[in-house]
Amino acid sequence: MTDTAWIDAALTSARPQAVGALLRYFRNLDTAEEAFQNACLRALKSWPHNGPPRDPAAWLIMVGRNAAIDDVRRSHKQEALPDDAVISDLDDAEEELADRLDGSHYRDDILRLLFICCHPDLPATQQIALALRIVSGLSVKQIARAFLVSEPAMEQRITRAKAKVANAGVPFETPGAVERSERLAAVAAMIYLIFNEGYSASGETSEIRKPLCEEAIRLARLLLRLFQSEPEIMGLAALLLLQHARAAARFDASGELILLDDQDRTLWNQKLIAEGAALIDKAIRHHRSGPYQVQAAIAALHSRAAKPEDTDWAQIDLLYGALELMQPSPVVTLNRAVAVSKVRGPEAALQMIEPLAERLSNYFHYFGVRGAFLMQLGRNEEARVAFDRAIALANTSAEAAHIRMHLDRLIRDSQPSATTATKK
Amino acid sequence: MLYALLCYHDEDFVGSWSKEQDAAVMSKLSVVQDRLKKEGRLGPVARLLPTTAATTLRKDDPPLVLDGPYAETKEQLLGFYIIDCENLDAAVDVARELGAANPGGAYEIRPVGLFEPGGKAK
Repeated sequence: MTDTAWIDAALTSARPQAVGALLRYFRNLDTAEEAFQNACLRALKSWPHNGPPRDPAAWLIMVGRNAAIDDVRRSHKQEALPDDAVISDLDDAEEELADRLDGSHYRDDILRLLFICCHPDLPATQQIALALRIVSGLSVKQIARAFLVSEPAMEQRITRAKAKVANAGVPFETPGAVERSERLAAVAAMIYLIFNEGYSASGETSEIRKPLCEEAIRLARLLLRLFQSEPEIMGLAALLLLQHARAAARFDASGELILLDDQDRTLWNQKLIAEGAALIDKAIRHHRSGPYQVQAAIAALHSRAAKPEDTDWAQIDLLYGALELMQPSPVVTLNRAVAVSKVRGPEAALQMIEPLAERLSNYFHYFGVRGAFLMQLGRNEEARVAFDRAIALANTSAEAAHIRMHLDRLIRDSQPSATTATKK
Repeated sequence: MLYALLCYHDEDFVGSWSKEQDAAVMSKLSVVQDRLKKEGRLGPVARLLPTTAATTLRKDDPPLVLDGPYAETKEQLLGFYIIDCENLDAAVDVARELGAANPGGAYEIRPVGLFEPGGKAK
């Protein structure tokens, strides 16, 4: 690695802890961020000469805090900043500071920092943008690119979100057990949202948005290191890892989505699968199941099948059944129906989704799945109607293209003579 | 004399490497490993999955299974095993068995991410 690459990596990994601690000192997000930025600038000057400090986060917290206090003093007395010689002299002070940094504080610092980003008044897109800016330290430009909006628009979105958070008042008292677990759940949901922003992208945007998936995984691992015995956090991390493991196989060269059944499974990332499987293995031992764990267990079953026909659909059906009880939702039932179609056939699956018709009347996947079941049953005319509806509801060109493929097959199957005629 | 080299590093830092940075480090390491292998001096090499995947069995009576890596500093690393197990339950069972034979201290159980059996080091 080059000099700047290791410094960047060190600054990125220290950021949540450092900004979290600075926020605790200054109780103001802007001040904390500015202080961190100042500390980073000084790190870029000092670290290449002096080598990396033993504890980069502690170094950044102390330098950031001093710089911010100096800023306040300077604005009062117009004093000059201390020169760099003073700053490079930090090695002795560092040891002392490391002792003073209370280990138990920093867990709550990071959780608080993540938690203020998921304030319930903020719409999901603002929560994500704020977290990516403040916790992950992505630039406004990078975030704007990932969200496919202009830089000024994203700048404005983040500024608004910050203002809202500031007005809402940040919870600085050390949280109690119940409060902590509520914060944890909110933060986990936000990390899942970040992941989904990247995962649900398709076509040419999928590559641009992939960093969102990677960032979500980084945050999930961070959260898990702070809360090592929470099976749902293990489940969350496992779920993200197992889904992201398929990234390289999910799109063809032209950016079209490739369904699970048709993916080249040799492109799946076995390293991520191994980590995800290890985490779900660990979570299950707690016997405290939850939606993330169940979804991760489903993803793990898919990842274990070398060929689509090796998939343990019966087990997946059971897991979706469990998920339906925890999180009743027509979308979960729809997913379960796909497993049911493999275990008990398309007739049973179709019966299962009939009651969802009204609630999913504007849902692309409902009509795609329904069309597929009807097609398997040979009810081609009804299948065509469902597929037409799906195309009308498609969110991306890849989704529409995928349904058109089914439609083409239907037309081919129902008019064999016509196909032969054109060939002549 | 055989020597074990135990790899320590800041996991946050290593974890924030990009895929390219990670690959660059691994390829630099493989140059050294390849040379040692050619000289017949390289035994097994393993890269462990992150500590988030770790479980610790405290060899108390009764033994206590805890999530996370071994974090105490009063005990020192004295050795290690590589065992092949169906799942974490099976690995914990082996650790219990070993623990019963040699109580006190702890075993940290970490899934191995990358395993290179290596040649026969003399």
